[in-house]
Amino acid sequence: MIERGISKRIESIKFALLSPDEVRRMSATKIITADTYDDDGFPIDMGLMDSHLGVIEPGLRCKTCGGRVDDCPGHFGHIDLAMPVIHVGYVKEIKKLLQATCKSCGRLLLTKKQLDEYEKERETIEEMGGGYLEIRLVTKETAKDASKRQICPHCATEQSKITLDKPTTFREDGHKLTPKEVRERLERIPDEDLTPLGIAPGVARPDWMILTALLVPPVTVRPSITLESGDRSEDDLTHKLVDVLRINQRLRENRDAGAPQLIVEDLWELLQYHITTYFDNQTSGIPPARHRSGRPLKTLVQRLKGKEGRFRSNLSGKRVNFSARTVISPDPLLSMNEVGVPLEAARELTVPIRVQDYNIDYVREWVRKGPLPKGDIYEPGVNYVIRSDGRRIRITDKNAETVAETIENGYTVERQLMDGDIVLFNRQPSLHRMSMMAHEVRVMPHKTFRLNLSVCPPYNADFDGDEMNLHALQSEEARAEAKILMKVQEHILSPRFGGPVIGAIHDHITGAFLLTYKDSKFTKDETINLLSTLRTAKMPKPKIKKKKTEYWTGKQLFSIALPKDLTISFRASICQACDKCKKDNCENDAYVKIRKGEVICGTIDEKAIGAFKGKILDKIARDYGPDRARVFLDDVTKLSIGAIMVRGFTTGIDDEDIPEEEKRQISEVLKNAANRVKKLVVAYKEGLLDQIPGRSLEETLEVEAMKVLGKARNTAGEIAGKHLGLENSAVIMAKSGARGSMLNLSQMAGSIGQQAVRGERLSRGYWNRTLPHFEVGDLGADAKGFVKSSYKSGLRPTEYFFHSMGGREGLVDTAVRTSRSGYMQRRLINALEDLKVKEDRTVRNTADTIIQFTFGEDGIDPSRGVQGEAVDIDDTLLEVLGEDEFLLLAGEKEIAGYGKQEKDMMNVEMEEEAFAPEEGED
Amino acid sequence: MPFNVMEHQLVPEHRILSEKEAKTILTKLKISKEQLPKIRISDPCIKILDEAMGPVKEGMIVEITRTSETAGRSKAYRLIIRR
Repeated sequence: MIERGISKRIESIKFALLSPDEVRRMSATKIITADTYDDDGFPIDMGLMDSHLGVIEPGLRCKTCGGRVDDCPGHFGHIDLAMPVIHVGYVKEIKKLLQATCKSCGRLLLTKKQLDEYEKERETIEEMGGGYLEIRLVTKETAKDASKRQICPHCATEQSKITLDKPTTFREDGHKLTPKEVRERLERIPDEDLTPLGIAPGVARPDWMILTALLVPPVTVRPSITLESGDRSEDDLTHKLVDVLRINQRLRENRDAGAPQLIVEDLWELLQYHITTYFDNQTSGIPPARHRSGRPLKTLVQRLKGKEGRFRSNLSGKRVNFSARTVISPDPLLSMNEVGVPLEAARELTVPIRVQDYNIDYVREWVRKGPLPKGDIYEPGVNYVIRSDGRRIRITDKNAETVAETIENGYTVERQLMDGDIVLFNRQPSLHRMSMMAHEVRVMPHKTFRLNLSVCPPYNADFDGDEMNLHALQSEEARAEAKILMKVQEHILSPRFGGPVIGAIHDHITGAFLLTYKDSKFTKDETINLLSTLRTAKMPKPKIKKKKTEYWTGKQLFSIALPKDLTISFRASICQACDKCKKDNCENDAYVKIRKGEVICGTIDEKAIGAFKGKILDKIARDYGPDRARVFLDDVTKLSIGAIMVRGFTTGIDDEDIPEEEKRQISEVLKNAANRVKKLVVAYKEGLLDQIPGRSLEETLEVEAMKVLGKARNTAGEIAGKHLGLENSAVIMAKSGARGSMLNLSQMAGSIGQQAVRGERLSRGYWNRTLPHFEVGDLGADAKGFVKSSYKSGLRPTEYFFHSMGGREGLVDTAVRTSRSGYMQRRLINALEDLKVKEDRTVRNTADTIIQFTFGEDGIDPSRGVQGEAVDIDDTLLEVLGEDEFLLLAGEKEIAGYGKQEKDMMNVEMEEEAFAPEEGED
Repeated sequence: MPFNVMEHQLVPEHRILSEKEAKTILTKLKISKEQLPKIRISDPCIKILDEAMGPVKEGMIVEITRTSETAGRSKAYRLIIRR
């Protein structure tokens, strides 16, 4: 068994430099030849693939440790460099050191007094509990201070200016310094001058920043791969090391043969290039080393850095077992707590069950049935049995019987998923906690995950090809935690704005509207049909009897889903916002009044049950708890779907049909508006336009023109809207808040209106005009992007072009926004990931220092608050005083009910969405 | 001081705690000084306190009283550090 629960704290980390001596000491072999394998395919001794460096082929043994592939960790080798070379990773350090120390005596360019001062400063920081970061500030200042001094206080030598020619060339007064000279200087710095500069003397010497021996990583770090053709393909690092070895060899030969200084220097620089790119192939200032195919080589730094690097990809990112991923599709008959899992996935995903006295009988029965139990109804099988000694036995049809007999206490049985199991369900991008919630499994035929539509908003999912992930939980603790904290019903109220994120959408809202609008009624057949899907409903008494036929009102049926003592009143989405609210007598049936769980009047629509806005939903979730809210929402979903199917619901482009008379009126309005703009332009040209304070004359014209044209679009919409009543499907959707807006409809039926880029009428394109179809300097409506046509009538070519210009801005905006907010989110999460609220209510980090004294400085859980307020006083008063008293107290003030502010954040997002084109496939 | 930030409406009230007060706060929170959030001695607010109330030194604790819609008044403490 794996030992659990052992955790150790890292007290400190020490960073040191590798000395050339140490490199040679840890090296298993010296490497001198650039060749890797001989003709027979065996590694060449003292070559880059020397078998002292470890084994990568199965069957062979390591010449250093004698281990096989799995035992041998690999061993380092080394290359002795003919001439010293600068390590790119340390150029900044080297520059700092050269500037801060004397060119002749090597001492730090500070007086004894200054040194003492800095030392004292460092000591006080240490006393105050300051860490590395604080000390680094002081050491940085020390170096800065020292490099300012022109004359050495110790030997009085005048200092010359050191500059760095990126990436690796140092110059002294424009004069090149070879790595050898740099190394000699660094060697002269005494140990006691290193501490003030932030270097620990015992473990690091500055001269080690100049390489004289290069460490060669084990072959296990850079394994070669054999292609099907039998050819070997070497790792990028090996290629780079071959280059280093070749040039190193040539440099040594030329130097020993006494070649001209120029040639030696050229080779030296080439060696520097190869070693630089061996460390980092993206060093600015030098071209990246390339593979024969032209692809840049992936060297050491590239292996670690960035999203695909070792840290983010392999260390903080983990791949997991017991997970599944497939396309999602909707199923309104599932509870929102459930998820439909395809049979094939359920057979593959398992849950470990510990065998105990209480379960041994039925667990044995599971095992006996093997991995694929027969029968029409799904039954979980068993894929593996783990014995008490940790051995895994794969269950097949053949051994199922025999293994079942051996089952005893202490065994673990890996049972396949079955109905009621708790799993985690997730859709990327996981931007908030509602992106990963716990569901109960329902095993189903077919190959998609099925989910209830009311969980689409929190996951931001639709069914145009979206895929989602599912994780089967593997421990009892995890399951308990998921059940209590992560169940979908626990997330109905969002911590983002203190309202429901989960609620009815689209057809569910339309359905509820059709069910409850005005005096809708249903026959006995229809009523039975509607109620049969509800698990608990009893048939109520019919409200209406007409000529012996019995009718049930829609409001009556909806009330079945409500808690029996619910009291709430609010205005529905279809509310016209009249000056004086007629309340109960509203002719639009827009004032919802619920008393004792009965809908007295009003229409149930987005404001009542919708995601983000549903007030009934909000109140039930808050006052009756998540269980009741789930039941409510599931019932409402079924009722709505039933109701929409009784009536039938469809929309098409002919929903936007308007009679000839209205069409004529609209074109009249638009023509008048264009004329008004023309007049404005004339007035502007003659200088008769009244300037708006704080605006130029041109701006005034633009503002006035925008105003006129905006108004024209609105009147066009109004004319069209007058004709489109609530018997129209598209209007039902828009008014009830199910989908679309009246603006969308008026753009389809009336006129699309002014197109804008950066909030201004279109102006760019050609010289002083938008398109060659217009005269230069034309400032009229048509020439600057006003689209008279409607989507239904079709756009003229120029209008189409303008519309595309306006549309593109939206696309660019969304693209920029997502990438920017993604990065922001990453930074934020990295900063906050391990903060937690401790037992004394303080927020602390892992170092146990306090971040906040109480969570949010008020200790309020935003998901328990009401739209950002801690408590809803009005609601409490209403409950305590009763309705009449409260009305008296509030006087003329409206009863706002839950969430009094209409500044709902979602409003903004929804409107933007109305203009954005639908996302394509994933 | 060209401008007194403490007079600005968005700047919460800062007060230097006496040694005794500091001790009671620390025992109440059951923490050591280092576990407090920090504030630099160069912070404009601390500079003003230094001018008005006499010398402020590293290691002292300031009490910051913020008003909030939801909590009424909330108190936070910060340890003064160098620079």
